[in-house]
Amino acid sequence: MTDILDVRAISKSFGALKASDNISLSLKSGEIHALIGPNGAGKSTLINQIAGGLKPDSGSVHFAGQDITSLAAPARARLGLGRTFQISQLAPEMTVLQNTVFGALGSDGRVSRFWHPVMKDKPLLEIARSALERVGLAHRSGERVSEISHGERRQLEVAVALTQKPKAFLMDEPMAGLGHGGSERLTGFLRDLKQEAPILLVEHDMDAVFALADRISVLVYGRIIASGTPTDIRSNPLVREAYLGDEGET
Amino acid sequence: MIKETDLNTAIWLLFLGVPLAAWQMGEIYTITLATKICVLALAGVGLNIALGLGGMVSLGHAAFFGIGGYAMGILASHAQSYAPIMETPFLIEGTKSMPVIWVLAIIMSGIAALAIGALSLRTNGAYFIMITLAFGQMIYFFAISWPAYGGEDGLSIYVRNDFPGLNTLVPIQFFALCFAILTAVIFLSSRLEHSRFGMALQATRQNETRTQAVGLTPYKIRLIAFVISGMICGLAGAVSADLNRFVSPTMLSWHTSGEIMIFVILGGTGRLFAPLVGAAIYIMLEHFLGGVSDYWQIFLGLLLLMVVLFAPGGVIGLLTKREAAHD
Amino acid sequence: MPLALFAEQVLNGLQFGVMLFLMSAGLTLVFGVMGLINLAHGSLYMIGGFICAAVAAFTGSFLLGLGAALAGAAAAGVLVETLVIRRLYARDHLDQVLATFALILIFSEGTRWVFGSFPLFLDVPDLLSGPVSLPLGIQYPAYRLMIIVVGLLVALGLYLLITRTRLGIRIRAGESDREMIAALGVDIAWLYTIVFALGAALAGLAGALVGAIQSVQIGMGEPVLILAFVVIVIGGIGSVKGALIGAILVGMTDTLGRFLLPQFFATFMENTSATTIGSSLASMLIYILMAGVLIFKPQGLFGGAS
Repeated sequence: MTDILDVRAISKSFGALKASDNISLSLKSGEIHALIGPNGAGKSTLINQIAGGLKPDSGSVHFAGQDITSLAAPARARLGLGRTFQISQLAPEMTVLQNTVFGALGSDGRVSRFWHPVMKDKPLLEIARSALERVGLAHRSGERVSEISHGERRQLEVAVALTQKPKAFLMDEPMAGLGHGGSERLTGFLRDLKQEAPILLVEHDMDAVFALADRISVLVYGRIIASGTPTDIRSNPLVREAYLGDEGET
Repeated sequence: MIKETDLNTAIWLLFLGVPLAAWQMGEIYTITLATKICVLALAGVGLNIALGLGGMVSLGHAAFFGIGGYAMGILASHAQSYAPIMETPFLIEGTKSMPVIWVLAIIMSGIAALAIGALSLRTNGAYFIMITLAFGQMIYFFAISWPAYGGEDGLSIYVRNDFPGLNTLVPIQFFALCFAILTAVIFLSSRLEHSRFGMALQATRQNETRTQAVGLTPYKIRLIAFVISGMICGLAGAVSADLNRFVSPTMLSWHTSGEIMIFVILGGTGRLFAPLVGAAIYIMLEHFLGGVSDYWQIFLGLLLLMVVLFAPGGVIGLLTKREAAHD
Repeated sequence: MPLALFAEQVLNGLQFGVMLFLMSAGLTLVFGVMGLINLAHGSLYMIGGFICAAVAAFTGSFLLGLGAALAGAAAAGVLVETLVIRRLYARDHLDQVLATFALILIFSEGTRWVFGSFPLFLDVPDLLSGPVSLPLGIQYPAYRLMIIVVGLLVALGLYLLITRTRLGIRIRAGESDREMIAALGVDIAWLYTIVFALGAALAGLAGALVGAIQSVQIGMGEPVLILAFVVIVIGGIGSVKGALIGAILVGMTDTLGRFLLPQFFATFMENTSATTIGSSLASMLIYILMAGVLIFKPQGLFGGAS
């Protein structure tokens, strides 16, 4: 198994706060690597540095054999880094299908076309429709995003990411706000999806994490304090202390 | 409720029909008013691409309108005086040909939009508004302080420029020309709205993070739209200058930017025919209220305030009862 | 070039900058606390000028005029805030721009209706009408010197207000977190009205002070408004300190540019074209300055802090 994503010793500070402290992390093909940690541990900051929203103070990020540390978010997406967000990021006035077509348009890249209607573009539509089929949202194609439910938006984000045929997925709390049934369905879906492209998963839902992850890394105060299989993590004394300690304070 | 496409067809037919009827009845002034509406609507269609589709609240579009106007003024004044614009390193002479003037107006305003857009689009929100306003003002002050083309007093062109096959001095013929341009540009902007680029532009307005996540760069998309928008305003400026046979720094003032924006808003932001409806309302208010009271702009202000506070979809929004396109 | 002449231009630049600060401080506070972009701020400046001119002409007292201008502009501020502006805080910038543009039309035409189209003239009070002698043999109009002093005192007052008073604490809290301050039980609507009225009063003060140097006329606020925007863009939106530094930078650049550029061009070209090119370039100088700041610091010199 090769490393598709390789984060090498990145650090990021905001003033006196060390949000990322010498973090190294990798993602191998075919796996789900879960990143967990208490609130304020610096998960979002880390994800942002991987996706291109923030630049690390030091260290580097490698993706598909290329140093992407200085690339902006769109360039990273074009290289095949698919992303879903903690809070859904969709075009609210566009329909479900349009949002998905937009994903396909993004990976196609030929955007400076001003004449032909995009919604009659067969290749793009095909990619979009099959992505919607896969997440089970085809029946909602014509709805505006502002009209669909929270859970459906999460599904749609995954569908848009699928249209980009990514080499790896970066998923920030995909289970958040889903009901029990929704989480279970998504868990099944992600288990299949990882064969296609590995997933770096940030998640609070511990049932899902322990059911899905091949590896788990635990982030506390900007540092990875443990990394290993779910069994290792479950029995790791440092992790227990960090979690219990935190719970003891609040 | 009325479907927006039906309404658009009705509006289009009305705008063709009224001047034709006026022509039959010999009401020259009505034709001139209709021509004025066409020209202002054209500028509105230009702004609507940046504002309605792209969500860029530019208060500097008068710059492009005015640059288009000055392109006409400078070319025509040189043709009028038979003095070349420059002789070294190569000869450039003035011209009275509308198509040539239009192409140059579009190019010049496009270049200005590229420069202003490239800087302004580095920011967003309130900064963008203030910066476009400031750059517009810079060009305004430059026009005032540069004496070669009339400075503060502006430039008069005594005879309207030529268009092959038409007598542009006949009001109905000039109206037909302006109406044809407006129709063509509305059609083009409708193609653009539904094209790949149009989708990317609207998605960027609605959610910039989404655009980045699919691998597109919002800055480039916005900049292209800003330039297209500026070019259309430049064309509108050149035609407007021909309508008035006069250009002055007023075309460049920020009030002009505000007025172009008012056309778009009164009609309904982001809607295809909004600029035409808005410009018509504006010109009719000016015509009818202006006859009643010297202070008609108070009423315009009140109307605008009411539309913003209580009817965010503009007039077309009220008639079609759809939500405002920019929400 | 004689030093005294140059020093006089520097003082003029400072006076212009201080006046711009009075305008920008209110704009930037209103933006920082309420997130509102207010194009009608220039109208409040105009109102200050007109009230001062009218009251001074009626009573014969400049000081009464000034007081009336401050009170009148603040009252106008309270009025528009409660009638219109507070409906705009939750709206997007486009609606704010349009509604406040509509207010400009209403204010400008309303003022024309009341006062007519002709400019009013406001005399400098006798006490301050002469020049004062400064070191280095500089003679400088007392009135302009007074504007500089007043502006700097206002800057100091604002600084104390924001850092030392309960109101200031609330303003700063409002800048960083609107929900938080509401949760603390501060009456947010009242706070917003006060901040807006404060900004309006400062604009009215600026309009009244400048009215005695220039004429008081319809639309006098708009060029100043746009300059104030340039100041805010340079200084960083929401920062009063940025507004002060930006205002003085813009005031100096503009004044000295107009003074020096034609002379500079005259050193290597003939006089009339040097004047033309020099003054054309000078009229664009502050915008070039703004573009420069934007390239290197898109959020302004002191932006992004709050």
